[in-house]
Amino acid sequence: MYIIDRRLNPGGKSLANRQRFLRRAKAQIQRAVRQTAGDRDITDLERGGEVSIPADGVREPSFRRSGEGGVHDHILPGNKRFVEGDTVDRPPGGGGSAAGGDNGEGEDDFRFVLTRDEFLDLFLDDLELPDLAKRRVATVETQGLRRAGYTVTGSPVNLALLRSMRNALSRRIAMRRPKPEELLRLQEEIALLEKEEETSERLLELRQKLEHLEARTKRFPYIDPIDLRYRRFEPVSRPVAQAVMFCLMDVSGSMTEHMKDLAKRFYMLLYIFLTRRYKHVEIVFIRHTHEAKEVDEETFFNSPETGGTVVSSALREMQRIVEERYSPDAWNIYAAQASDGDNSPNDGTTSAALLRDVILPVCQYYAYLEVGSDSDRMQTGFINHKTSLWQTYETLQEQGANLAMRKVNHRREIYPVFRELFRRRDAEAGARVP
Amino acid sequence: MSVIEHDGLLYQGADWDFGTIQRIHDAVEAIGVGELGLDVYPNQIEVITAEQMLDAYASIGMPLFYKHWSFGKRFAMHESSYRQGLMGLAYEIVINSNPCISYIMEENSATMQTLVIAHAAFGHNHFFKNNYLFKEWTDADGILDYLEFAKGYITRCEERYGHAAVERVLDAAHALMSHGVHRYPRKKRPDLRSEERREEERHRHQEETFNDLWRTVPTKGAAAKPQLSEERRRALLELPQENILYFLEKSAPRLQPWQREILRIVRQIAQYFYPQRQTKVMNEGCATYCHYRIMTRLHETGQISDGAFLEFLQSHTNVTRQPQFDDPHYGGINPYALGFGMMQDIERICTEPTAEDRDWFPDIAGRGDAMAVLRDVWANYRDESFISQFLSPHLIRQWRMFHLVDDPEQPELLIEAIHDERGYRRLRRSLSRHYDVGWSDPDIQVIDVDLAGDRRLILHHHVLNRTLLHKDDAQRVLQMVANLWGYAVVLKEVEPATGAIFQEHVAHPHETLF
Repeated sequence: MYIIDRRLNPGGKSLANRQRFLRRAKAQIQRAVRQTAGDRDITDLERGGEVSIPADGVREPSFRRSGEGGVHDHILPGNKRFVEGDTVDRPPGGGGSAAGGDNGEGEDDFRFVLTRDEFLDLFLDDLELPDLAKRRVATVETQGLRRAGYTVTGSPVNLALLRSMRNALSRRIAMRRPKPEELLRLQEEIALLEKEEETSERLLELRQKLEHLEARTKRFPYIDPIDLRYRRFEPVSRPVAQAVMFCLMDVSGSMTEHMKDLAKRFYMLLYIFLTRRYKHVEIVFIRHTHEAKEVDEETFFNSPETGGTVVSSALREMQRIVEERYSPDAWNIYAAQASDGDNSPNDGTTSAALLRDVILPVCQYYAYLEVGSDSDRMQTGFINHKTSLWQTYETLQEQGANLAMRKVNHRREIYPVFRELFRRRDAEAGARVP
Repeated sequence: MSVIEHDGLLYQGADWDFGTIQRIHDAVEAIGVGELGLDVYPNQIEVITAEQMLDAYASIGMPLFYKHWSFGKRFAMHESSYRQGLMGLAYEIVINSNPCISYIMEENSATMQTLVIAHAAFGHNHFFKNNYLFKEWTDADGILDYLEFAKGYITRCEERYGHAAVERVLDAAHALMSHGVHRYPRKKRPDLRSEERREEERHRHQEETFNDLWRTVPTKGAAAKPQLSEERRRALLELPQENILYFLEKSAPRLQPWQREILRIVRQIAQYFYPQRQTKVMNEGCATYCHYRIMTRLHETGQISDGAFLEFLQSHTNVTRQPQFDDPHYGGINPYALGFGMMQDIERICTEPTAEDRDWFPDIAGRGDAMAVLRDVWANYRDESFISQFLSPHLIRQWRMFHLVDDPEQPELLIEAIHDERGYRRLRRSLSRHYDVGWSDPDIQVIDVDLAGDRRLILHHHVLNRTLLHKDDAQRVLQMVANLWGYAVVLKEVEPATGAIFQEHVAHPHETLF
């Protein structure tokens, strides 16, 4: 009999099968993921979790008898009062069999758990960061070091011990440096002969040989400077894998809780999305009324503020922070602005100029999200009602500024709008190619 | 009250280590082989985690298997219900191979490991080695090597022809798996090792004899073939054929060699599992009876403590519980309960027969040596024949079985038979028929094909009890058959007595698929 401990075997044997399954049911799972995402609180999105897809899509059909029609019979245990020839009413529910003996597979939904990574991958599958290519070529680079083989000179910390010792060993073998055991054996033999106190020819010969070998040992040292190797590094330039995300929000009195909630959801999505693409993502919260201030997240979303609305103050604050901490050479900069669209009338030109000349050139992407109240969603489309900020930005856009803008009234529109903003450009083209 | 004897016990408490397992195995072996006369393959016991158990579940319990999405689906399903606590895991999985591999879970207590070793490593193992169906249809020596080959082959196909193409063939083959077995022995026995060798040789031969020049040799044009008689033609194609996978593998005109080989692999695996489907009650009955005898004996000889024995009895009674038909937990007849009940009943008939038993079972009543009778039963029967031979009136009364008929044309359900003198034989006959896979699987056969003409493949479903096929599923499977066959396929649902056709399904191949 053998006992084998398999517990330490690498797990995840089913991983390949799981990937095949996810690929097979991708369309349905993706739909389910989107649906789940709609129901869920956006802060929970990161967690992954259970989704359910219609069993139909992953059905494994086989030739089997249907549960309906035809004569069925059952042998059942536990008879209490029946005698032969009795008749029994059909049990309600139309299953047609008292025993529920129809063993057809349920047509229920198929539920299972996705890991966080799988969930987010599917969730953000066909989205892409805009304009990444342009930046990558131009400036998104930093210097770093990379291992590049060995060199014969270098500083002691870079000594490649293994390689050096290997060189020493091969040199010793090549030079036939006597081995310590060999010397030891000779010495012992000499000692033995000396004990017999006879100066035989053999003793002389041995002494001579020992002398020769010891000289050879000295001549070829155990380790020689010629053996030494050092690890070599060469500088390389690496694309920057860090991003900063600016959240700009109008917190003047006209912004309701509902509007802030919409903005928060959008920021969360953007954050998740950025963390999937960059190793390191920082967030800067700037809120503004007639003056702007950098705050922490808690204050940003929760603490009330009153005052007028001057958008350019936030843009100026952002400009200051970028200059101080986030050099565009080292950082990918994303900005999302949320506002109800109010702006003080005389600020329009200032904001536009600031955005066009200062902010947009350093940003990878600038998104403007206009949040409306739940009730005025009926109006959009019918009445050509444009807020002052919207008008300002629209003019900018017409001039060819790289600026994305959308209007959102309800929570459930957030996700579609987000998808629309970050949709992969070649998605339509790719769909046509099989 | 009693002094606990430490020296006699195999283990104390719930903890165990490999030394304990070895001691347990040896003690169980002494009783199983020495006293019960079991004849087993050498054992290989593998300790695994819950995660690995889920892995094993997903690939039908086999330690290695080719890759397919349906296994991923099964894993996701099991994992999610296991994590939510809806489902416990089996204590063990045992594989019909030589050496016989039993997986035991690391979180089992020492008593559970003893139970599992007695149940799987001796009970199932004996059954695998001795039952005639397993001897006839499975190749315990070769199965692991064959699975290794299958896995490698399918991986290479995926690399060469793409995941999607391989997946389509596998999907179709899986859908036809229940109609991919030979039910009767053929001339040559399947030997999985030589299967593998043969495929290699075939491939090598093709490569060696490949000569591009042949392509350029002008052909004579279609020679006028002699018209074969219809009978001769069908005989050449081995028609009618109920092994649909076999037929497609051999005769489908448009399949590539690798596609045929995949059909063959799935067919071989279906054939390997075929005996298991026919011996569920006996196999579990045998294993449960063995573990019960062995555990009791271990307790009698003082090798396990009273506490351990109680722990064993608790899980034993859980396993052999049979809820009654009106119990909300009723889910059909529990094969463990029926199997164990019948084995015990046979033991009773051998040792303490009543007059009724002497009437019904003159051959074995009062024979005395129950193990000899049981070993013979385990070797020579399958569920259907076992029940129709050995279900005794005593057990029918004990279970209070009755037979219920559901005819949709009648307004009410009919009690056809109960546990009385008139009912015993009828009950026994109907129950045994429930375990006949030939009866429970729909009977579908390839009837005819005109290879010279439009190549339309004709299948017949011989309808039993006016129960038609599940329509949606039938259409889907038929579509897959059509894709493999390459031409139109028609499936007729026929009443065998009158030849009347209830329904006809037709499928045309998707040209782009293959």
